[in-house]
Amino acid sequence: MATLLEMRGITKTFPGVRALENVNLKVERGEIHALLGENGAGKSTLMKVLSGVYPHGSYEGEIIFEGRPCKFRDIKDSERQGIVIIHQELALIPHLSIAENIFLGNERQRRGIIDWNVTIAGTRELLDKVGLNESPERLVTHLGVGKQQLVEIAKALSKQVKLLILDEPTAALNEEDSDNLLRLLLEFKKQGITSILISHKLHEVSKVADAITILRDGRTIETLDARREPVSEDRIIRGMVGRELTDRFPRREPKIGDVIFEVRDWTVYHEQHPDRKVVDGVNLAVRRGEIVGIAGLMGAGRTELAMSIFGGSYGSRISGRLFKDGREVRFKNVSQAIRHGVAYVSEDRKTYGLILIDDIKRNITLPNLGKISRGPVVDENREIMEAERFRQGLSIKTPGINQKTVNLSGGNQQKVVLSKWIFAEPDVLILDEPTRGIDVGAKYEIYTIIHRLADEGKGILLISSELPEILGMCDRIYVLSEGRVTGEVDRAEATQETLMKYMTRTGKGEKRGAAFGSPD
Amino acid sequence: MVIALISIMLLFQILSGGILMKPLNITNLILQNSYILVLAIGMMLVIITGHIDLSVGSVAAFVGAISAIMMIDMQIPYIPAILLSLLLGALIGAWQGFWIAYVRIPAFIVTLAGMLLFRGLTMLVLKGQSIAPFPDGFRNISSGFLPGLFSVSSMHGLTLLSGIALTAVYIYGEWRSRRIQQSYRFEVLPPGLFAAKLAAIAAAINLFAYVLANYEGIPNILVTLFILIAAYTYVMKKTVFGRHIYAVGGNEKAAGLSGVKTRRVTFWVFVNMGALAALSGLIYAARLNAATPKAGNLFELDAIAACFIGGASAYGGVGTVPGAIIGGLVMGVMNNGMSLVGLGIDWQQAIKGLVLLLAVGFDIYNKNKNG
Repeated sequence: MATLLEMRGITKTFPGVRALENVNLKVERGEIHALLGENGAGKSTLMKVLSGVYPHGSYEGEIIFEGRPCKFRDIKDSERQGIVIIHQELALIPHLSIAENIFLGNERQRRGIIDWNVTIAGTRELLDKVGLNESPERLVTHLGVGKQQLVEIAKALSKQVKLLILDEPTAALNEEDSDNLLRLLLEFKKQGITSILISHKLHEVSKVADAITILRDGRTIETLDARREPVSEDRIIRGMVGRELTDRFPRREPKIGDVIFEVRDWTVYHEQHPDRKVVDGVNLAVRRGEIVGIAGLMGAGRTELAMSIFGGSYGSRISGRLFKDGREVRFKNVSQAIRHGVAYVSEDRKTYGLILIDDIKRNITLPNLGKISRGPVVDENREIMEAERFRQGLSIKTPGINQKTVNLSGGNQQKVVLSKWIFAEPDVLILDEPTRGIDVGAKYEIYTIIHRLADEGKGILLISSELPEILGMCDRIYVLSEGRVTGEVDRAEATQETLMKYMTRTGKGEKRGAAFGSPD
Repeated sequence: MVIALISIMLLFQILSGGILMKPLNITNLILQNSYILVLAIGMMLVIITGHIDLSVGSVAAFVGAISAIMMIDMQIPYIPAILLSLLLGALIGAWQGFWIAYVRIPAFIVTLAGMLLFRGLTMLVLKGQSIAPFPDGFRNISSGFLPGLFSVSSMHGLTLLSGIALTAVYIYGEWRSRRIQQSYRFEVLPPGLFAAKLAAIAAAINLFAYVLANYEGIPNILVTLFILIAAYTYVMKKTVFGRHIYAVGGNEKAAGLSGVKTRRVTFWVFVNMGALAALSGLIYAARLNAATPKAGNLFELDAIAACFIGGASAYGGVGTVPGAIIGGLVMGVMNNGMSLVGLGIDWQQAIKGLVLLLAVGFDIYNKNKNG
């Protein structure tokens, strides 16, 4: 097979940080090449060099594409060669239609006037290729994340892509949509499109990748050939962290006590469509020292459940009862929930969890400023001490607690969010996708922290879309489907298959097909 | 931006042949800009939370008009009249705050409506005419000075004394704070730098006192301003409420999920703006010694410009009260300086616009370089 892309000796420095050091990457034509590494290893930086975000001249080394050296000045340059990158944060305009988004910047026009017929026809063709059954005029904001991802891919196809770069494409997708996407990549392979896949989901990588390049600390560690036989996840992990991770999850002896938090008959309606139930008569309980998982497909209502419990932060016409330590409680707003010892670590840490322009210490103390204040006045010295305590206790990698959180890596940002909620001194923690977008090494650290919290006697509700995570961490698992609890399984009986069975169960007893309704 | 301010002052000092820093002029600077600085304080809080308030000029005019009716037509003594006026401002702020915080109408729209509404009401209430004159006690707020009490070689003794007293308080405060930080074993400035910083600020304070002492001493309005600046800076920097304001501006969703009562915070920020707009209106009316239908014209733009020159971010979450004051002073000194040099109002307006653009652009450029 011919070599499609070769990146030789790429070195990229930012003030104070060498992001890439003499990195080499060789991608053969028609293969699916996975690029792996911990957060901060340099994967995104390398792809930004390749796609022209970092233009020629801002890095050292060479890019040779289709045998010719390339000096990209911007993204358009690389796109013209057929290199298209799809970022983790989808670059779609929510209030424009699918067709408008696909041809954005690449319009079917004559002298500045758009030819809508060609645009719509072209869109239909592309949607066919990616298997998306939607009207080209549908607004992107009405699509679920999985479908939005497909629109992005259709957009890439419209640019006559030869090399498709996908940055964490399945990070926000459920199992079904992820499988769909991977199948699509295999289809593209048959059509001669080469892909570079950046992902933290090792089981997916070992399923589809032909070759795996591992980066660590800005250097190429090794390239594994997966063509002849699939590479095991353990082997990959070893390459990434440099040691054998025999246990991806830390060991734990659960010490489980009484019921600390109970939810009865909880029903919530959709915020914008008050006639639609998103949570339907849910009953669940958490005990002290117990880690209870909440599994489900996207759209099952898990985040809605958590946020509606947490001071009514989501939903309309909320009904049901909550019990803490056996006594009934009502959370009229978030600060009441916090005062009763409930904490919610949200899904999207950048949007809901952190104030990015603020530094670490101010973020940590926000939910419980009273603890470090005398009356209305904040004691800034005590604040510094508390923040330092967390920095050390959770091993947050940062030059200092005055570092703005926007500058931290995903894993460290998540540690700040966890610190913040531990600072609030809760008895019950609801964790919503706590390890999303975080590398293997940092995940392990976070699992350790979660275990520590459980060992302190707290009750933990763990919402996750990663079944291995649920199975590896939880003592007991509730499964949600279409807003209802369809199953409750103990650790001993839980398997991926059992969980999936409950996750796909609908009210009519049939298996679910496509993802349900509007975005989660 | 402090450097910019000092540079501009030096520039105009030279251009005006030394008139800028004369005691009479410096005193006038304070008197002429006080009502904008008051607005800038409130506006900074509004901008930090990510909103804007376009109505403050009209509200200032309206409250000025009502206060005139109270004091002149209805013969209400000036102290209750002032209190009622401030209350009126707060109520107007509450009205706008309600629509913005609870009904979630964008602040731009609500305060634009307010701008039109209260300008109209001002003209209605004044029946298109001015009302004057105000009782002496009231006028003293804007134009009066603290009593001299005693003289030191024909300079106002109380002023000089205040300068020295303020310096003492400042030095004590800084020294105490340094001791506490050392007891926690935090890093502090090396003793040399610390002493230099104290010396510089002490010199500035006393120089300022000296200049004022050579004219009529401390204007009443300066006392008011000083109290406001000190109080608001303290609240924003050191209190839980101040933190909450920054949090709402930095990321409203994250703040809400952290237990901050975001709607309440926004509401009170606008109540506060209303009250300060009222105060500004009173100060202005007292200075003019009349309530006029055209009062407050374009005040909001000056206040907003002051905030952005002083370091506010258009995205919210960033900015300080001292910053707003410096921004306001930059514009005030420019206005004053340009007048001294003989530049017409038309030129002044054009140059102000350019300076706003360049000042903020330069600031953002610097931030991007270091970010």
